[in-house]
Amino acid sequence: MDWNAFHLSLQLAAWTLVLLLPIGIVTGRWLAKTQTRARPWLQAFFALPLVLPPTVVGYYLLVFTGTRSPIGEFIMSWFGVSLVFSFPGLVVASILVNLPFAILPVQRAFEAVSNELHDAAACCGMTPWQTFTRIEMPLAWPGVLSAAVLTLGHTLGEFGVVLMVGGNIPGETRTLSIAIFDRVQAFDPLAAGRMAGFLLLISLVTVALGYGVLERRGPQRQKST
Amino acid sequence: MAGVPLIAAAASIRPALEEISTRYNEVTGESVRLVFGSSGTLANQIANGAPYVLFLSANTAYVRWLAGLGLTQGPPVTYAEGVLALYSRSGLFGETENPLMALDSALQHGVVKRLVIANPEYAPYGTAARAALEHAGSWTRARPFLLLGANAGQAVQYALQGDVDVALVPLPLARLAKLQETGQLQVLPKETFPSVELHQQMVLLPGADQKTHEFFAYLQSIDSQEIFMRHGLLVPSPVNLTLQP
Repeated sequence: MDWNAFHLSLQLAAWTLVLLLPIGIVTGRWLAKTQTRARPWLQAFFALPLVLPPTVVGYYLLVFTGTRSPIGEFIMSWFGVSLVFSFPGLVVASILVNLPFAILPVQRAFEAVSNELHDAAACCGMTPWQTFTRIEMPLAWPGVLSAAVLTLGHTLGEFGVVLMVGGNIPGETRTLSIAIFDRVQAFDPLAAGRMAGFLLLISLVTVALGYGVLERRGPQRQKST
Repeated sequence: MAGVPLIAAAASIRPALEEISTRYNEVTGESVRLVFGSSGTLANQIANGAPYVLFLSANTAYVRWLAGLGLTQGPPVTYAEGVLALYSRSGLFGETENPLMALDSALQHGVVKRLVIANPEYAPYGTAARAALEHAGSWTRARPFLLLGANAGQAVQYALQGDVDVALVPLPLARLAKLQETGQLQVLPKETFPSVELHQQMVLLPGADQKTHEFFAYLQSIDSQEIFMRHGLLVPSPVNLTLQP
């Protein structure tokens, strides 16, 4: 069992979640409320990672953020980090491929909050910020939670983009799913099998816990609305 | 792990290099981090800024390519001579004088349904395998049945797990995967693929520090050469160890 790789996977999942969830909430809510005609296009753009093969996402990331690209050079000279074959690069890639998982459920949840509630809150003298924190967020909470669970699970299992953008560097970009691949390539089915079983178990537990919480909160919310 | 040298190596030498790094750790207490892939993939990663400090290729071409880009440090060193082997599942054809000829006749009789090689476009052993098939006049006949591995390791993986009749793969990996237990494993002499060389070269990369230099030197020691040989690779004679870039 490659604990280093597991640790790395957890770190990646945590960073992705912390950075992506606020983006998901802001973008999801905006998409839910906006009247812009470009909405289908924007939604399609955010859903792209769902339909594109990881190799396409990985390819564009390599091209646009590689050390020889203008963006890559800029980031290297300003922040001293490379966005390819490095952990920070993995986090950026992971945020991109998880955009649909973080945005779409949140958007649906905010769409379900009726406009009458907004008006009622305004009549009660609540500011838009108060309406957001006290009315909308508690109602949209299940959507946010399922976004979090999906992002977490998907990050733990991400493979293609990680391999393309991160390589397979021990302690840096070799996540658990890459470590499994590496063991298979080393004709070590026993270690690969052990890690695969482990990943299966924690993925199942993560998602089941998420659904469990959702189920317990769901009916309560329905009663209160 | 930041100070531990990160080494990129051809998948074909995985078993040998893993053993060498273990031995190195026992002898010196120092360790290295190993990343395996096809030589072409790794060279491409290096060109795109991957932080490797030493590159062990399965041929000279990728080393030369990187040197041309100004991404290497010092002259390359030939650490071993690759050995290509032909695996055929038991019952296809027994041990013969000329396995490539036997393969050609098996192809003509339509009994070969799947033939595995590494991708000739970026895996040196794949290039050698294609050259051997071309030299034997079997390439056109073999093409419809080809299954390509992303690197030599994956090619052997396919041969090990898939429903595969023939595989042209590196001897060290074929042995590690114990392919000889499910069929015939025969070494293909260099004359069978005269147009391709498998001089396995390594070269230091710009990030190489003192620790990397030490491991680089250890790779050229008798200890390491003995391990390379035990895994089925040929070792260059000391005179021509260092080739000019």
